[in-house]
Amino acid sequence: MKAHDYIEKRLGLLGALIVIVISFGGLAEIVPLFHMSKTTTPIEGMKPWNALQLEGRDIYIREGCHVCHTQMVRPFRAETERYGHYSVAGESVWERPFLWGSKRTGPDLARVGGRYSDDWHRAHMYNPRDVVPESNMPAFPWLFQHTLSGEDTAQKMRVMQTLGVPYTDQQIENARETVRGKTEIEALIAYLQGLGTVMKGQ
Amino acid sequence: MFNDSLPTFWSIWVALITLLVIFGCLWLVMAVRKSEKYKEETENTVGHAFDGIEEYDNPLPHWWYLKFLGTIVFGLGYLVLYPGLGNFQGILNWSSTGQWQEEMAAAEVKYGPVFAAFGKKSIEELASDPAALEVGGRLFANNCAVCHGSGGQGAYGFPNLTDADWLYGDSPEKIKESLNLGRVANMPAWQSALGDSGIEETAHYVVSLSGRAHDETLAAKGQAHYQTYCAACHMPTGEGMQMLGAPNLTDDVWLYKAPNLTILESVKQTLRHGRQGVMPAQLPRLGEDKVHLLTAYVYSLSQQ
Repeated sequence: MKAHDYIEKRLGLLGALIVIVISFGGLAEIVPLFHMSKTTTPIEGMKPWNALQLEGRDIYIREGCHVCHTQMVRPFRAETERYGHYSVAGESVWERPFLWGSKRTGPDLARVGGRYSDDWHRAHMYNPRDVVPESNMPAFPWLFQHTLSGEDTAQKMRVMQTLGVPYTDQQIENARETVRGKTEIEALIAYLQGLGTVMKGQ
Repeated sequence: MFNDSLPTFWSIWVALITLLVIFGCLWLVMAVRKSEKYKEETENTVGHAFDGIEEYDNPLPHWWYLKFLGTIVFGLGYLVLYPGLGNFQGILNWSSTGQWQEEMAAAEVKYGPVFAAFGKKSIEELASDPAALEVGGRLFANNCAVCHGSGGQGAYGFPNLTDADWLYGDSPEKIKESLNLGRVANMPAWQSALGDSGIEETAHYVVSLSGRAHDETLAAKGQAHYQTYCAACHMPTGEGMQMLGAPNLTDDVWLYKAPNLTILESVKQTLRHGRQGVMPAQLPRLGEDKVHLLTAYVYSLSQQ
């Protein structure tokens, strides 16, 4: 009997061998990055999201913003002219999960922080057509009505802390108070206005 | 900055696994080739039948075998030229950021002199130069139109740039200052100071300044509030102050007239909640040359 006949008749063995073969890719391409300072060191001046921004980030995820917006400026002139400096690995070390995205129906948001005013974001999120007539982005009017309770903000920050994000105990303790009563739109805008600002002007 | 390279151990690790996989594929293709029972097309089957379906024991087609070998040669050639084997950069010394720098440098050679030539001309000159306005128009569409509208006509909360009314001044210098540094306006909320009736009275007085329909008695009461709280920025006459970006209240331009409210109701809303209009600074993003051209374009919008 040939060796492959032997393997093909034993599914468990076949499965194990497939996993081993596939793992070569990860072992060569992913594992070494855990040991590369460029991918594990935050860039200079970077601060973790504050409590309100962290909640805003969760709203960004909940509303599926990352499905149509990337957060990854690639090193091409056409992109850096439009969005600013290309994204670097050190900007994402505390991003869990990362929101790089894979498709741009709307523009990249990696450096949208400070680009528009808060008022513009409010108008745009309430009804994008009010400020960009040809926009096909959905409206998010409910963000203006829902307020945050802040009940699990501290817990979220604690989880981030165990994942290596340098939150202080003081920040975690105050999280609930700083977030409670704020509207979802405030949280989302606080998050958007912080995106990519550390690298600005470099 | 950071150390771009992998630690030596991990560099060797990557190179070894990569080569192991490639040479493993080569071995697999050769081994399969060698183990073939027939070297030509055959009517013999592998001896396995399922539901009447059998399989000829044919060898791998030759072109297919060559294609496999070709991919392996291509892979090895790629790894010699481009980065892939740990820290080895490849003999072309290519990198994605290096390619970006080349693109930027090539663009600077091509467009640098164009922008420099525009930069030497005054705003007034550029405002009547069709080539400059064409470039400026593109910059405006990319960077300004989302707030000020594609034609610069503005929107609720975002100033119209095509009229003669300027919050911070209409001179080329002032327009350029607005673009370079941005503007941060701050009108405080007066709800707690004025109360509901105070807001009502002041609003009637404010709309009376531009000759709009108003209630005389309320406006008379509002005048006192106006002189106490509003006159410092909007001036006693209501003509506004460009140094602070305080709008002229005597004309017919209403930046914060909400689409669903009358002017009187919009003024009340503004008085109750205040306004914090922000224009983001463009100099850090666009650089001097582009701001210069944009200034000329914006200036030209109100000159027509």
